[in-house]
Amino acid sequence: MTPLSSYMILSAIVFVTGVVGVLIRRNIIMILLSIELMLNATNINFVAFSYYLDNVAGQVFVFFALTVAAAEVAVGLAIIIALYRGKATIAAEELNLMKW
Amino acid sequence: MGSLSFLYFGTVIVLAAILVVALRKPVYSVIALLVMFFHIAGLFVTLHAEFLAAVQLIVYAGAILVLYLFVVMLLNVKEDDSYQRQFRLGMGLGLVALAEVIYIVSAAGLPEEPVREPAASVSAGNTETVGRALYTTYLFPFEVASLILLVAMIGAILMAKKGIMGPETPKAVQAVESK
Repeated sequence: MTPLSSYMILSAIVFVTGVVGVLIRRNIIMILLSIELMLNATNINFVAFSYYLDNVAGQVFVFFALTVAAAEVAVGLAIIIALYRGKATIAAEELNLMKW
Repeated sequence: MGSLSFLYFGTVIVLAAILVVALRKPVYSVIALLVMFFHIAGLFVTLHAEFLAAVQLIVYAGAILVLYLFVVMLLNVKEDDSYQRQFRLGMGLGLVALAEVIYIVSAAGLPEEPVREPAASVSAGNTETVGRALYTTYLFPFEVASLILLVAMIGAILMAKKGIMGPETPKAVQAVESK
């Protein structure tokens, strides 16, 4: 039987991959994809805990995380389309309107 | 048997996650993410979360990824898609964070085995159990989630609509027209 800690380490690896993706990619779409990676890593953790502690609340929480992820993707991609229409670029370092 | 399937799913998930971040073309990254979602759904099945595995496939692989592919192909960005300048710093920070989490997990003393035998929890039916919890204990958050979806829908339509960035001709259109 797989111990719970191996699930946690798996999810930590996926989460850190997402963090590195947010830090190193230029394309805003890729940054949003990396955020999806992080959300999925937390979902693995929730389901693993729900199984090992025999509590269904973890799975319900994954359900809500999924809802928020869907909303985030819809709004995020709409922002990207509006940005591209206005500035003709989706490179992260050129979108510095609010930087000081 | 259980650890063998975990080994397979875990390896593919990690490889696909690294490919998502490392591949240069966004379309390939989205395909790698699709592979990762399928294997996470498989991992959910081995953890007796069959309902969530199905929802993972339908919502993530079916809806969210199609939306990503749609936008990637719609914008069709032809610019140099290299990594940021802070590549080394990002990798270093990631390794530090990973080492920290692994240290915490190894020091925490987590349970090795499930609290109850998995056969007992299967007998009730996973979908039934999740649905019962969702509509009794978590009824109010469930309604709030529907409100979030409504607000996101209205916001997405408003922001993707034309004319929200000002009345002048957008630069993207000017670039296309000048060619």
